[in-house]
Formats: sequence, C-alpha cells, structure tokens
Amino acid sequence: MGPTRTWLLIAPAMLVIGIFMVLPLFLAVAYSFMTANPYGGVTAPATFDAYLQFLYQRDFDDSLVFSPSYALIILRSIYLAIATTIICLVLGLPVAWYIVCQTPERRRILLFAVTLPFWINTLIRTYCWILILRDEGLANGALRHAGIISDPLPLLYNDGSILLGLVYTFLPFMVLPIYSTLERIDPRLIEAAHDLYAGRAAVFRRIVWPLARPGALAGATLVFAPALGSFLAPDLLGGGKKLLIGSLIQMQFTSSRNWPFGAALSTVVTVVVLTVFVIRSRKAQEDLR
Amino acid sequence: MNGVKPFDWRHTPGLSAYTALIFVFFYAPLLILVIYAFNSSRLVTVWAGFSFKWFVAVAYNGAIRDAALNSVIIAIVATIASTAIATAGAIALERGRPRFGRGAAMALIAMPLVVPEIVVAITTLIFFSGLGMHHGLLNLMIAHTVFCIPFALLPIQARLRDMGGTLEEAGRDLYADEWRLFRRVTLPLLLPAISAGAIMAFVVSLDDFLISMMVSSAGSTTLPVYIYGMMRLGVTPEVNAISTILLAVSIIFVAAALLVGRRNRFA
Repeated sequence: MGPTRTWLLIAPAMLVIGIFMVLPLFLAVAYSFMTANPYGGVTAPATFDAYLQFLYQRDFDDSLVFSPSYALIILRSIYLAIATTIICLVLGLPVAWYIVCQTPERRRILLFAVTLPFWINTLIRTYCWILILRDEGLANGALRHAGIISDPLPLLYNDGSILLGLVYTFLPFMVLPIYSTLERIDPRLIEAAHDLYAGRAAVFRRIVWPLARPGALAGATLVFAPALGSFLAPDLLGGGKKLLIGSLIQMQFTSSRNWPFGAALSTVVTVVVLTVFVIRSRKAQEDLR
Repeated sequence: MNGVKPFDWRHTPGLSAYTALIFVFFYAPLLILVIYAFNSSRLVTVWAGFSFKWFVAVAYNGAIRDAALNSVIIAIVATIASTAIATAGAIALERGRPRFGRGAAMALIAMPLVVPEIVVAITTLIFFSGLGMHHGLLNLMIAHTVFCIPFALLPIQARLRDMGGTLEEAGRDLYADEWRLFRRVTLPLLLPAISAGAIMAFVVSLDDFLISMMVSSAGSTTLPVYIYGMMRLGVTPEVNAISTILLAVSIIFVAAALLVGRRNRFA
C-alpha cells in the first residue's frame, strides 16, 4: 500500500479525534484564562483568576484571601487515586498470578470473567453498592438481623465507600496488564530457581515480581488516571458532599456556572494524567532495553 | 521416592479461595441488584415474592422508552461511523507504508482511552457551545463516534496482525487489483473482527453516561442519563429493573462479540 493510500485511510480517524477531542482540550485551556459568565460560558477579559481560585478566594472588596479548600479537594483526589491504585495492585496481583497458573481453557474463562465488568455500565456497578451500603441496605439489614447492631452503621457517604467504589470499578484494569506480562513467564526459570533451593517467597521476590513489574506499572497508570477524574463513585457513594476533583469539575458546568474554573481544573487533571502516561512509556522503554 | 510432595509452582495454597473471593466481590453486587429487581415489594430490601411487575412498569414508562430510543439511535450511528473509520485506520496502521508516522497516529487514536472521561465530557461541551452547535442528538452522535473509535479499532488491528500478510500477497501474485483484493480477501477475513469491534463500540456507546450527561440537552436525554436522574431521587424498584435490563444487554452483547471474535481462530 502506497503512502497516499495509507494517509487517506488513516486520515478520518486522525481528523475526527483531532478535531473533536484534541482541539477541545486546547480550547479548554483557552477558556481557563477567561472570565466566567454567570449564565454559563465565558466572557472577556482574559485573567488568571481561575488558577488563583485554587488557593485564594476573592473577597467582597476584591482582595484575595488565602483559602485552600479547593487545593485540599485536589490533594484529596490525588490521595484517593493513589490509595485506589495501591489497593488494586495488592488485590489484583495474586489474581493475575492465579490465572497464569491455570490450564489454557480455564484461563480463557477466568479472563472473560475479569474483563466482563469493564463492559458493564459503571453507573449500574456503582449503584449496586448503594443497595448494599445504605442505611436500609443489605449489609445493615444483615447486621441488624444478626443482632450485632441496633442502629444502622453509616457505611455510605464517606471516604471508605468512595474508595470501595473506585477499587470495584478499576480492579480489572490492574489484573489484565499484570496477567499479560506474567503469561510470558518461562516455567523453566521457576523450576531452575527451585532446584537451587528457592522457596515460594524467593521465587516471588526474585522471579515473579520482576517480571510482573512492567504490567503492574501499566496497570497502575490505567487505574490512577481514571480514578483521579472519577465522577460516579464520589457522586453516588460520597453523596456529593465529599467532593473530589471530578465532581468539582462537573459542578462548574452545571450548578456553579464557573466555566473558567472548571476548565482550569480539567486542564490540571489532563496535565497530571498525560505526565503519568509519558513517564510510564519512558519507563517501559527503559525496561525493554 | 521419599514421600515429599513434588514442588508444584502452579499451586499456591489458599490462592484459589482468594481468587474465588475476588470474583464474589466482582459479581455478588450485580446479583443482588438482579434479585432486588424481581422483588415484588416496593420496599426494596423486604422480600415479598418473585414478580415481573417492575419490568412491566418500566416498559410502560414513556420517558424511559424515549430515552432508550435516543440511546439506541445514537449507538447505531456511532457504531457505524466509528467502525468504518476504525476499519480504514486499522488497515492503514497494519498494512500501510510509511511506518514512521505510526507511533504518533496510534497515540492520537488512543487519546479517548487515556484522557479521563470528565475531561472529555467538559471539553466537548465547551467545543460545541463555543461553535454555537446545539443540535441535541447530532452532538451526541459525534461525541460517541469519537470515543468508540479505539474500541472498534483494537480487535480489527489485532486480527490484521494475527493473520499476517501472506493471503493478501497470494492475491497480489494472482494479479488482483487493490480493490478486488480488499473485497475478496481482506474484508472476508476481517469480518469477524469488524463485527466484534462494532459490537464493542455499540456497548460502549449504549453505556456511556458522563459524556452524554454533559453534552445532552433537554430533548436528547439518553437512557443512562435518565437512570442517573432516577437514582438521584432514591432507590426504587423501577431503577433496579431498568438497571437489570441494561446489565443483561451489555452481557449478551459482549458474549456475542466474544463468540464472533472466536471464529477468528478458524478462519
């Protein structure tokens, strides 16, 4: 296939994504330097106000007062995204190893079972936890029935329930990449290690983990990025009171009508996520060498 | 032998029980939802017998029907558009020359998978409002096409890589021109993967919530956006029933994509 035909075939995909996805990212950067229109949208003049809002609040007399509440939301989002990533890694690594150890037929079934949740609506998967965790929900009902508690435990609307929702949503993203690196493991390596008196712990530390690391790294980026911008878990399981950056962004375009601030927040998220992906692909190339 | 069990690295004590637990974690919440959907009591948590009545209620709910219709129309258009674009793109990426722009093209096409949904949602909103485009369904069709492209592309690209270029070479040796080669050799071999990609695109479009919520306007509410509105008002048996329907649709389509894709191995 000649170069002209190649470019003609790839052009639609690149144009559609370039125009309707990459261009809007830059447009959002431009919007973040504008003044908010109280009816939605933006107006002149250009200003840094949106970014100042991360740390300051504009008082009635137009002076800037230090107010870190938004910065705290950003930090909390990063903290919860990192916590989600670590929990997913700890929970997911053994599952990936278990699947690798199975016969090819069983591997296929188990892999399907890990992948399936990814294709099920996140809205519905998150909602299921409301059914379980709310005051009249399954967990409190069971505990009350067993006579352990008389008043319902506040299981919903806290950092724990948000974290649970995030782990539940993104765990498959960790298992699959780790599996795909471990799958290529050479059994003779492990047998040789055992012949040299390596126990299970040593086999894991010296062989399995070094081989799993690139997959774990890929999984960590795949979990961290969407967890950082997640909307549904904090909104439905955090009750909208415990704001995370995803729900804060969404609010700026609905109830708060502060588009520049929302655009600024979203630009920060994009920069963080793209940085993480670039670092990872650098690291992956280093691992290859 | 000395009676010591041979070392079997494929077996770690307790690991199968642990993995079973993780799968319970994955699937028990979904099962609970389905069970509640068939509960005849309006009080969701009190079991009062098996009943289909909430599914009937959902079927007679005009607003849900309208939203479902919007969702299906958008999904069909986005599936056709994204699959056509993805098929062309995959062929260029795997069979094209030159190879030097390939990395950049792949990175661009993977963007919808990399950028967090909330960012895609609000930047798309900004883009359409900046252009003064307020076309309801059309805006949603465009937005959905964009994020469906990588999902449709991946299985097609994988298939092209797996089958190699030998059959196409053979066709070329027999003096087939490029179009006949595509019609008679590449397309038939690729069809299972194209169908699998199309089904995936359809499911992804049908399930999308966040982008649809930010881009949709009053008359163009999609089913997940409508369900979200119901959820905000509280846990009701109708929500359980409609969620169960959407859950079943996703599972059926994904299983279908897998079965269609499997045919790849025998082609």
